[in-house]
Amino acid sequence: MIKDFEYFAPKTVEEALTLLSQYKEESKVIAGGQSMLILMRQGLVAPQYLIDIKGISALDYINFDKNGGLRIGSLTTHRTIETSPIIQNGFSVLAEMEQNIASVETRNWGTIGGNLCHADPAGDPAPVFIALNGKVKMVSSNGERTMAVEDFSKDYFETALQSDEILTEIQVPNPPPSTGTVYRKFSLLEGDYALVSAAVSITLSSKGDTCSDARIVLGAAAPVPMRAVRAEKVLIGREIKDNLLQEAGKVASEEARPISDMHASEEYRREVIRVLVKRVAGEAWERAKRA
Amino acid sequence: MKKELKLTVNGESYQLFIEPKKLLVEVLRDELGLTGTKRGCDSSSCAACTVLLDGRAVKSCSILAMQASGRSITTIEGLADGPNLHPIQQSFIDHWAFQCGFCTSGQIMAAKALLDENPNPTMEEVKLAMDGHLCRCTGYNMIVEAILAAAQELQQEAK
Repeated sequence: MIKDFEYFAPKTVEEALTLLSQYKEESKVIAGGQSMLILMRQGLVAPQYLIDIKGISALDYINFDKNGGLRIGSLTTHRTIETSPIIQNGFSVLAEMEQNIASVETRNWGTIGGNLCHADPAGDPAPVFIALNGKVKMVSSNGERTMAVEDFSKDYFETALQSDEILTEIQVPNPPPSTGTVYRKFSLLEGDYALVSAAVSITLSSKGDTCSDARIVLGAAAPVPMRAVRAEKVLIGREIKDNLLQEAGKVASEEARPISDMHASEEYRREVIRVLVKRVAGEAWERAKRA
Repeated sequence: MKKELKLTVNGESYQLFIEPKKLLVEVLRDELGLTGTKRGCDSSSCAACTVLLDGRAVKSCSILAMQASGRSITTIEGLADGPNLHPIQQSFIDHWAFQCGFCTSGQIMAAKALLDENPNPTMEEVKLAMDGHLCRCTGYNMIVEAILAAAQELQQEAK
């Protein structure tokens, strides 16, 4: 049963920030609410004031600039990202990731910013944005700041967002030449939460024979989406071969910090990470060769 | 404290005063008496409560009614034309695509959204569009068959 709250539906970012600076910790921002309403129904979140920003149309956009890269407004829905020609052509890994989030119904209403702010360690977008070296922009009445998506999640369901701030934009730089990025999650049902997931971005050297950079990001493998830095080091500077991919998978499964819960044991998750990282890195390598 | 909510449901305009914590499914069922929309899992898992909001399929259990302010909703009650069932409804009957019927309104509304956007989907596209819908009775094959047949029917009608 949802507890009573006072409801506001600001139409501009400024109005929303004014409300937030007034109510701070006693308030909660809702966007599509696809995650938050579940928590509110369970009584886990019970704000006194609910600030509904879903109607702020100025934060619903996808812009691409040859120099500046991709900018996605935080209130863009998952479905809009999934079906955007800009995303499908230039950042196909994002469209592929979106296609497997929950169901069409959820993607039609849920927003990309809401997903990141919910900060579920099993969430799909964050690992991909981290692999793509993305940033988030946050604003408050006092100004704005940007931060790497990698630093945004702080703990289970906790982010760097202050109580008077709103996440307004996700920024993704143009990938370096000869870069391939792939995301896969392992789940038992189509569209379900990841038991574990991996996003891997691989950049080839100008000659195309060695890996000049690698970003390996694991989802549902720690309290926050985590870079498997040691596994990245296995690949960087080397010519990628099957045994190297296997080694990267093994190292990633060792540095991961998964938990046991009702969905899977820690041991099982580590085993899947080992296989998943090997496969996804292999796919990213193939994609980088064609890029 | 109750708030004013104006919205359009199945072509009719409503002005209501509701508690802001009310979910869209609660307002449709309890305030407007449109009980064709079902409240199933209550945890955003089953999609039985699917309705169209400005033409797109959404879960009415996972949206505050206030968020539908000024928008247009279509529920299962809005599909038939008088005594004539919508071709998707008829196709579900013809293909035995339901038994208990609890999930059916949601299934049909999702099928409607799919066929409005993609009038000639492949079987794979139907399965992808419907993958969030749980049914405990039929097995899913008849539902997919019903939607593919309805697509043919609708295209014939459009000619």
